[in-house]
Amino acid sequence: MAVLKAGTRLKSAVCNTEVMVVAAPKDEVDVSCGGAPLVALGGEAPGGGEIAEGAGEGTQIGKRYINEAGDLEILCTKPGEGSLASGGALLTIKGAKPLPSSD
Amino acid sequence: MNLMMLLEMAAEGMGDRVGVVSGDTRLTYGEIFEASGRAAARLRSSDAEHLAILDISSPALPIAVFAAAWAGKPFVPLNYRLTGAELEALVGQITPAQLITENERVDSLAELAGLEVIGRDDYLAGARRAEAESLDREWSMDPDEIAILLFTSGTTGPPKAAVIRHKHLVSYILMSVEFMSADENDAALVCVPPYHIAGMAAIASSVYSGRRIVQLPNFTAESWLELARKEEITNAFVVPTMLARIVELLEGQGSADLPHLRALSYGGGKMPQSIIERALELFPETNFANAYGLTETSSTISILGPEDHRAAISSDDSRVRRRLVSVGQPLPSIEVEIRDGDGQALAANERGEIYVRGEQVSGEYLGKGSLVLEDGFFPTRDGGSLDEDGYLFIEGRIDDIIVRGGENISPGEIEDVLLEHEAVSDAAVVGLPDEQWGEKVVAAVVCKPDARATEAELQQWVKDRLRSSRTPESFEFWPELPYNETGKLLRRTVRARLMAG
Repeated sequence: MAVLKAGTRLKSAVCNTEVMVVAAPKDEVDVSCGGAPLVALGGEAPGGGEIAEGAGEGTQIGKRYINEAGDLEILCTKPGEGSLASGGALLTIKGAKPLPSSD
Repeated sequence: MNLMMLLEMAAEGMGDRVGVVSGDTRLTYGEIFEASGRAAARLRSSDAEHLAILDISSPALPIAVFAAAWAGKPFVPLNYRLTGAELEALVGQITPAQLITENERVDSLAELAGLEVIGRDDYLAGARRAEAESLDREWSMDPDEIAILLFTSGTTGPPKAAVIRHKHLVSYILMSVEFMSADENDAALVCVPPYHIAGMAAIASSVYSGRRIVQLPNFTAESWLELARKEEITNAFVVPTMLARIVELLEGQGSADLPHLRALSYGGGKMPQSIIERALELFPETNFANAYGLTETSSTISILGPEDHRAAISSDDSRVRRRLVSVGQPLPSIEVEIRDGDGQALAANERGEIYVRGEQVSGEYLGKGSLVLEDGFFPTRDGGSLDEDGYLFIEGRIDDIIVRGGENISPGEIEDVLLEHEAVSDAAVVGLPDEQWGEKVVAAVVCKPDARATEAELQQWVKDRLRSSRTPESFEFWPELPYNETGKLLRRTVRARLMAG
């Protein structure tokens, strides 16, 4: 559990997934990938971990993942084999709302 | 939150896709990534604290933008038309710096203190050399670092450098663009210069959406149309003077013959209603978007989209039709308020100053600090109003408002009325010092070819539509009005010329 800040970069401890926090609740929140808590992007991942069962659907680059409450939004910046989850539930892909291109 | 994240994702997710086309040069996102890494190493090994570019658009531009981000130094695109003392004054604010420029200018610029001057061809050759080597994949992820210093055009005063931090530009991209949302064949024609915020935003949004940039360094209507046809351009951005020239060239041809052009957006200045109406006829299949934004807001904050254009042009309701000259509604991530001179919020349709709040808003100038208020809103110094449905209308710079006998008069309102006159093709209204009234209203007008109007006739025209205090006391008839190269009317110059009589 940690308080997350928009802009924070994290990575999976068990697969290649890397993410950036787009929005997060004010309070502490847990976010995992492949069943293991995310770690700081620059930090060392604890070795030897494996993707937990039921947490291996994979992440897609550029997709935004949200929790059911809608107060946690995670951008996948590098894809991997694990799936993102928070509070015991898998995060889902947020639908895109395209704006007209202006530049 | 760093610009590098955008390029890293593009290189990872679509590394083989062509990202930039400039003449015969084509670079993929993977190649841009590697070249930026080499250019970043060169920047890191120097004493430079900034990376500046004094050049037209070229493949060196995107490489330099990301090399600066990679090395953690601010990127400074300078106006390549500047010379002498004007240029030295800006350079003095950023030295020691690396400066990339056209090959012919290297020797003369090398005499300036504190600059490591690199010719464009040398820079590209160094960044694109073929040997395999490992790139130092470390870059700062601090969202508060400065990404870009952009000297604003200074139509009302001397140029000052707007500070755009990584978090501002990246927020703008994440709020307005979906990753890899462009089709592999999508191509955006970019003809604004590197030192315009729209040029910087175009690079960031193209890299993130995967829409390749096709650079047109020196705009003419002929070259724009030729390149748009050759490269099968799907998206383009123009400033109003560019669209006016394109429309002029196409007049009489009936259609633009650009079957691939899906979206044409415009911004960076006031678009005359007659131009946009003619453009809509010439490009019947194209989606138009009018974008409003400032350097200080990391580009677009409000858009009049394609549906708005169609609804306005086909409406008999003058309230809806009028929206064709609005800048549409604010982006979902942006809040806009209209406030009076005391900072109090105004109701719909009341005219005041435009205030804006959002994560992309920087509102900061080098050496002057942030102008963002405690409540998070930035006073833009643009005048305007919101209608009852939230459409934003711009009325020009607050500093241009004429105060005549205690009455605030917006030059834009009088200019709009003058432009409705059949003989008038362009108009500028300014205030000049006046002993009795404080300021008096004076106009400079350009007549259409073969058309004429008299001072008395135009005075009557304005008087019939606005009150007499807003009727210009005198008119001058000029062959053209002075604009800067990105299409902004130079009111300082108009005022000086009218003063000199």
